[in-house]
Amino acid sequence: MTEDTRRPGMTISCQEVVELVTDYLEGELDDATRAELEAHLALCPGCDTYVEQMRQTIEELGHVPVDTLSEQAQEDLVAAFRTFHSPRSPGT
Amino acid sequence: MQPDSAVSVPTESPVVRGEADVPAQRPAGPEDGELVARLRQGDEAAFARIVTSWSPMMLRVARGHVSTDASCEEIVQETWMAVIRGLDRFEGRSSLRTWVFRILTNLAKTRGVREARSVPMSSMSPFAPADEAGPTVDPDRFRPADDRYPHNWTPVGAPVQWQPGPEQAAVAGETRRLLGTALQDLPERQRAVVTLRDVHGLSSDEVCAALDLSAANQRVLLHRGRARLRAVLEEYYRATGKVTS
Repeated sequence: MTEDTRRPGMTISCQEVVELVTDYLEGELDDATRAELEAHLALCPGCDTYVEQMRQTIEELGHVPVDTLSEQAQEDLVAAFRTFHSPRSPGT
Repeated sequence: MQPDSAVSVPTESPVVRGEADVPAQRPAGPEDGELVARLRQGDEAAFARIVTSWSPMMLRVARGHVSTDASCEEIVQETWMAVIRGLDRFEGRSSLRTWVFRILTNLAKTRGVREARSVPMSSMSPFAPADEAGPTVDPDRFRPADDRYPHNWTPVGAPVQWQPGPEQAAVAGETRRLLGTALQDLPERQRAVVTLRDVHGLSSDEVCAALDLSAANQRVLLHRGRARLRAVLEEYYRATGKVTS
């Protein structure tokens, strides 16, 4: 095993994997590279953890608070919508 | 209710800015035809829902083109007014969301040009700035080229699992606060891309269209930004000893 760097999962280094992780998660890798990367993940706990942590990071970003329009601004927009699209008085 | 004032109010009303825990940050579902039908029937609740759901993302898109909070808010309000006025002419050739998005980006770009923002997203240098080149993980964490396993993790360099996971109640508040701060510290273009993709859930195509980025460039910015944010969480876990080893 030590010399067999042509074994699936061993033709790619960890340092390469961490730079391919976004292309991998985006589905942008060609089939051969993707297969090699996945074979590497199956062999390498460090890289497997790295990819998992990237997924965790992305997941948590979905919970970061965001700015939005004030309640008042949103109510004003709904009022404007009502003016244009009221069922009783069709808009322009 | 004065109809005239209701129509003219949005672009002029004072807007208080605030953090919103928006339940539907993610894109709306695919029931587009039904949504459009409801809106045309005057369904206020349906309209209020998309305003609540899409405005945060729209504010962030606007931010890619203009520099002040006030301008961003006005662009989003103008967009919604254009949607209200144009709804009956919407032909459904694209999704409603895509149509709203197109109005938004047109307004934002026009406004951005008018305000002559010093560094608009669209006028990118073909040369990557220093923070958009080079490795995303410290090279010292990998074995040297002459090692038996060149460029693979060293024993101390390899990532270790986060325990408890960042989504667990014990740490979620802190990890999300850290991510929010770290996002603000990212270089502007990385921040814009990561925020739109991962916080607001836009597709890569939508982000490219909104920010005038090539697909490849979008991916590079996303990659570098995400790698930096993962590293911030990793540092948090290292510092607090919340790791298995």
